[in-house]
Amino acid sequence: MRIANKLVVAAVLASSGMVVWAQKNAAVQAIEEYRAMLQDGNPADLFEAKGEGLWKQKRGPKNATLEQCDLGKGPGVVKGVFVELPRFFADTGRVQDLESRLLTCMDTLQGLDAAAIAKTSFGKGEQVNMTALATWIAAESKGMKFALPQAHVKEKTFYEVGKRLFFQRAGPHDFSCASCHGEDDKRIRLQDLPNLTKNPGDGVGVAAWPAYRVSNGQMWGMQQRLNDCYRQQRFPYPGFGSDATIALGVYLGVNSQGSASVAPAIKR
Amino acid sequence: MIHHQKVIFLALAVGLAGCASVPDSASLDKFTADIVKASFRDEGIVKASVLDADETNRLCSEADVAGKPLDDATAKRVEALNLKTVKAPPNGKYLGDWKEGEKIAQNGRGLTYTDSAKTVNGGNCYNCHKIDQKEISFGTIGPSLHNYGKLRGVADPSSAEAKPVVEYTWGKIWNSKAYNACSNMPRAGHMGILNAAQIADVMALLLDPKSPVNQ
Repeated sequence: MRIANKLVVAAVLASSGMVVWAQKNAAVQAIEEYRAMLQDGNPADLFEAKGEGLWKQKRGPKNATLEQCDLGKGPGVVKGVFVELPRFFADTGRVQDLESRLLTCMDTLQGLDAAAIAKTSFGKGEQVNMTALATWIAAESKGMKFALPQAHVKEKTFYEVGKRLFFQRAGPHDFSCASCHGEDDKRIRLQDLPNLTKNPGDGVGVAAWPAYRVSNGQMWGMQQRLNDCYRQQRFPYPGFGSDATIALGVYLGVNSQGSASVAPAIKR
Repeated sequence: MIHHQKVIFLALAVGLAGCASVPDSASLDKFTADIVKASFRDEGIVKASVLDADETNRLCSEADVAGKPLDDATAKRVEALNLKTVKAPPNGKYLGDWKEGEKIAQNGRGLTYTDSAKTVNGGNCYNCHKIDQKEISFGTIGPSLHNYGKLRGVADPSSAEAKPVVEYTWGKIWNSKAYNACSNMPRAGHMGILNAAQIADVMALLLDPKSPVNQ
């Protein structure tokens, strides 16, 4: 009941973005207040619990758990992996982010069809499990500082590719990521926009995802966050776990080195 | 996808004769283009081909990556190129209805992969600009346009004195890059985001002395 009430308040606040209902400062303050109010009851907790369960549950054609999955610090290590991703994995020969790496483990350990999962829409089928797993794994690094490895040539190369993608102007509106996230202290409508060309600080930008979005009641991982940015840029559909999304993740992650992750966060 | 990344890296490795350092800038540009091709697909009304950059976007993206603006000569050339695309209103009317203009300025819909071909495109103006000061939900990426006509002394938009401002404003909305090569602003007319009648309505919002923008 308590959470339900909060969600009603939150939904009312969230839908008020375009309505003149108060002075701007009051609006921003109210949003800050409801965020603070929700901190002791972030619905992301439910996704976290589900993710932990899925990690330990025997599933797929191979009837296996994910407990032997190597997320970068050895098989089964979950704590601290999130703030070191994306990174290079020798077994796949790829730079991978959390979600694309989970896809690899679901495929190799459990026998699930990685290509089919990648094609599944967000919020449907195995993608729901993917988000829950990513939420739990990210939560296990809560408060830790980003420290993406940049020793391997492919990791360095992906940073450079990610930078190019960040500044890629295209589509009917000529938008790039930098159109909104290239300068300090800018807003789109009332929404503050972090400058992602440099370190935006603790819990901002990549350090805030996965996050629970109050406005639509959905839990989003970083893949979905990037996908929706590209949608609003009027770009075509970036494949789930595609190299473009991973390279962008390296660029954003390395720029955030040293900042603390607050994921799973709560967003408007 | 997995296979593709390996192939690209293999090609890079061969090109570098096994050297384990980051490729040069031109190779990185090529690698990025290959990754874009492999990563994005058509969805709904959005075709992957919208990522094929024209010369303006290519040069401005490169300048952004390099972290330095276009040199003056290139900027002037890009602006001239874009100025050539500006089409005057077919009926000679630069100003339409400011009330319709306000609706277009408010509307941020259209041309995403979740929109339909029937979606009426908005101008997205309030996303970046303060316009009518009664609207407090405005962005700050672009400059304030409040009192746009008033500040420029436009008392009668059809007068000879107002002509340069009226034509410049039309051109700026039609193709922003005609006046600032790497402007953040979309090219509403040139890229077919808004039609001439919609642009005339937005013009009225900015320049009509009766518009709330000029009160």
